[in-house]
Amino acid sequence: MFRNQYDTDVTTWSPTGRLFQVEYSMEAVKQGSAAIGLRSKTHVVLACVNKANSELSSHQKKIFKVDDHIGVAIAGLTADGRVLSRYMRSEAINHSFTYESPLPVGRLVVQLADKAQVCTQRSWKRPYGVGLLAFAIGSRSQAAKTYLERRFENFTNSSREDLIKDALIATRETLQGEKLKSSICTVSVVGVGEPFHILDQETVQQLIDTFELVTEEEPPAPEPASEPAAADQGGAEQGAGAEQGAAPDEGVAPMDI
Amino acid sequence: MTRKTSLTMESNQSNQHNSLLASEADSQRTLYPYVTGTSVVAIKYKDGILMASDMGGSYGSTLRYKSVERIKPVGKHSLLGASGEISDFQEILRYLDELILYDNMWDDGNSLGPKEVHSYLTRVMYNRRNKFNPLWNSLILGGVKNGHKYLGMVSMIGVNFEDDHVATGFGNHLARPILRDEWHENLSFEDGVKLLEKCMRVLLYRDRSAINKLQIAKITEEGVTVSQPYSLKTFWGFSAFQNPTVGAEGSWWVVVRWVRPNPDQKKLRRPPLLLPLILPPRSPQLAANLDA
Repeated sequence: MFRNQYDTDVTTWSPTGRLFQVEYSMEAVKQGSAAIGLRSKTHVVLACVNKANSELSSHQKKIFKVDDHIGVAIAGLTADGRVLSRYMRSEAINHSFTYESPLPVGRLVVQLADKAQVCTQRSWKRPYGVGLLAFAIGSRSQAAKTYLERRFENFTNSSREDLIKDALIATRETLQGEKLKSSICTVSVVGVGEPFHILDQETVQQLIDTFELVTEEEPPAPEPASEPAAADQGGAEQGAGAEQGAAPDEGVAPMDI
Repeated sequence: MTRKTSLTMESNQSNQHNSLLASEADSQRTLYPYVTGTSVVAIKYKDGILMASDMGGSYGSTLRYKSVERIKPVGKHSLLGASGEISDFQEILRYLDELILYDNMWDDGNSLGPKEVHSYLTRVMYNRRNKFNPLWNSLILGGVKNGHKYLGMVSMIGVNFEDDHVATGFGNHLARPILRDEWHENLSFEDGVKLLEKCMRVLLYRDRSAINKLQIAKITEEGVTVSQPYSLKTFWGFSAFQNPTVGAEGSWWVVVRWVRPNPDQKKLRRPPLLLPLILPPRSPQLAANLDA
């Protein structure tokens, strides 16, 4: 009855000058569970939080290997993320077939950005509701960002292990009182002489234990009573890892990363 | 690029059935090359790559063109030399121009090195041969990027490899034995040029398509330079050139193709064989006359 009239395609502006489809997609990214990336001179670590949709199902994969030298972590609609990582995989493999050399990461990113941009110009398309590896994206990523901003100057000269440790701590920051366990996070590494790979669960648990990241039992954060915002904008429900803690004040303002 | 004769049986049949459609339906392929260039020789040396080729363009066995540049720079880091069909080489250069243009348009500091261009050319050549429409060339690709020297070859059908020294066509038979004997990793620029000139001189003497007007190109970390055309000093008085097969057991009679009076030499001696070569008589008819 009172459906939003201005969100049916991506080229129609609302009277207030907004493009709802674009805002929905940004909202989907914001509500997906966090993904974090950090790098030193020699290594890159991607980490993410996994949320299972129900007790009876496993979580969806959020970190994908694209090539030996490229991996990607996603937040938002996992379906869109998989479409994009399939695209990236095919670009990477075509490049290494034609030129027998790895596709430069920067080029892949620009190509992907161009591809995503086109979706905002075609009325029959919608923007991808997924973010791919900024430095921290997804729900409660602000906490991780704060942590990373405080520490990033040291990352350049970090060892591989320190980088993983920082990634795990930043991941922990995005959890709401939940305990950091290997079952709810994924960590992956790529570096000089180390092709991109996802660490297996035992390894991650060992790392968590050795770093003693879970020292004292943190008091559970108070649950927000209800879930404001988003609902009236529609769309938000489609966020795969739709989560309770979406910051209420942010509404649908553009992302500030 | 040259298209003269229809290739497939099907197209011949369609010719008989419907000659009106034939010109559209037939695909015309390069069955043989028209204007061709002969050998290219290239070596690695201390600071990069040196490449040499003459500037002849043969129309069949006629030396038709005398100023064909067969060595061209590709991007910042590569040098391409070609023998074979000249128009196909020009088509390849158009492909590469586009490739380099689009590569630069990213404007992100990345650029294709010699290895990448070589690999690309391999794909292009093999792809065209799979369409039964090959680009009729042997290509040599050399270059330097990030302190790394690269030298490789691609054939008409996509066969490709890397080596310290390479040569196409006749050069593969006449120049590479010399290079195998005399090449080493630390050749100076001067010695490298001398070595290439030695190869080109042998080719000039023994390859009837070679002409005495050549270019030498150099590529280093600093960039590409292609020399102005120049000639080699030659000496045609070797007795081996007077009657090349005298003393070569089992060889046929050979008509001496040109006779130049050689005052130093009164009687024929067994010539010092520079390289064993069996030249057939010009035509079977002539051979028959000689036997008789």
